[in-house]
Amino acid sequence: MVNVIKPGMFSTVQDKGREGLQSYGIPQSGSMDSFSSDLGNRILGNAVDTAVLEITMVGPVLEFESPTFICITGADLSASVQNMNIPMNTVIPIKSNDILSFGALKSGLRAYIAVLGGFKTEKAYDSRSMYKNLTKAIKLSKNDTLEISNETLFSDSKLIVHSVQEIQNELIVTKGPEYSMLNSNQKNFIISHDFTVSNNYNRMAVQLTDLLENNLDSIITSAVLPGTVQLTPNGTLIILMRDCQTTGGYPRILQLEERAINSVAQLKKDSKLSFNLKI
Amino acid sequence: MNKKLVVNYFQFSSKSILINWDNSINNHILFDVLSFMQAIKLSDKSILEVRNTYCSLLVTYTSTIDNIYSEINSLNLIYLHKKKYNISEKKIWKIPVCYNEYFGKDLVNISKNIKLNVEEIIKLHNENTYTVCFLGFLPGFLYLSNLNKKLYFPRKSDPDLNIIKGSVGIGGSQTGVYPSNSPGGWNIIGNSPIDFIGGDFNDKISFATPGDLIKFIPISQDDHKHILNNLGSYKIDSEVFNG
Repeated sequence: MVNVIKPGMFSTVQDKGREGLQSYGIPQSGSMDSFSSDLGNRILGNAVDTAVLEITMVGPVLEFESPTFICITGADLSASVQNMNIPMNTVIPIKSNDILSFGALKSGLRAYIAVLGGFKTEKAYDSRSMYKNLTKAIKLSKNDTLEISNETLFSDSKLIVHSVQEIQNELIVTKGPEYSMLNSNQKNFIISHDFTVSNNYNRMAVQLTDLLENNLDSIITSAVLPGTVQLTPNGTLIILMRDCQTTGGYPRILQLEERAINSVAQLKKDSKLSFNLKI
Repeated sequence: MNKKLVVNYFQFSSKSILINWDNSINNHILFDVLSFMQAIKLSDKSILEVRNTYCSLLVTYTSTIDNIYSEINSLNLIYLHKKKYNISEKKIWKIPVCYNEYFGKDLVNISKNIKLNVEEIIKLHNENTYTVCFLGFLPGFLYLSNLNKKLYFPRKSDPDLNIIKGSVGIGGSQTGVYPSNSPGGWNIIGNSPIDFIGGDFNDKISFATPGDLIKFIPISQDDHKHILNNLGSYKIDSEVFNG
């Protein structure tokens, strides 16, 4: 068991989410930065779809009731165990009643806490990813107790991490279904402008501050994906993220590659980004 | 009348292809979309999911698409040889709705604006049979077509922050039921006590599938309360649809 002493700013349990259920209107969900989440699981020898904790900007304070092994990946939130700094991307042994806590955010936005065998919180439609109206809990709260696997046998990790995926501010994108509705000035603006992340960013979407003047009509409701960039009538670009709705009515002008979605997951307010269009 | 339909193919992501028809909402296109979807599901392709909207299909593969041109050719062969949409297992679902001003917070406002009284609005809304076109927006939300044109009414420019579960609304030319509490911009005319997701639907996630029909059955506020209190044992009434 893990006791939540402080929940942090916004901490959720995530796994690979609910792929293949979008035809029921169910969002995909899953770890925002899937590379970092997979990395933590791999270092511990877990399957990549093992549930981890995704923590955002301000980390939680957690007490482990029994011994296990953990690994912290993604953003650097100055993790410590019993007030001793611990390295990231490394197997960390935990003793009974150890306290895991976090400090200053040094890089990125979202970190992942992987634990040997994984978190065993409630499942909805075969996934533990927390989502409103699907799981009872939508984020960690003070005094929650989280069940974890009772595995304690750890066979030394063969995965030695030499480098982790860097956060890219230049995002590799392909054309979206309505890209062709843009005129050449608008297309030029998209590939040459440095955009800024607004204060409107969450697990559903990241809005950019810079406006792209347009008079495109709405489209008849059609499919959208995590990584789809929508253009609203007032010119706002919205990058859809893992918890996005399954369908939308704004023109879909770009599509981010998987690695670019992972990078956007680590960008906070005022971060700069640009689009590198792959033809 | 039924002109030949044209489809085009677009690689949407590394694992998915979007198939587009002409941009319009009608049953001729919808049933062509649904028959293509059936044919793709019956093929031997390694597909994670095929999902439709009014006039598009999204085919998502289990792994990265290696050769987009050959995959599009192969999909198009399936399109050219597909069978007509099989309606043999389609159902008409009878959805109980309590239409009144208690649940229908916007009934009076709609009535003033479209010059129909509340009773006429309720009658026009429950006398039509609606086609389930697809699910989206929220888990279990059904996109329905065939709203009577007299009931078309624009969305609110300032969405309500909390529309309660079961609310039956009108948004432009569309109508539908909110399956959970949600912010939303539709005008609310009534409430259905039943579950649209998370209920006991014989192991299915939603009772309805695209192509099914929906009929709204007016109920009293007492009946609404009774169904809500006995939701565990409530079975949605349905009939098999024979064309």
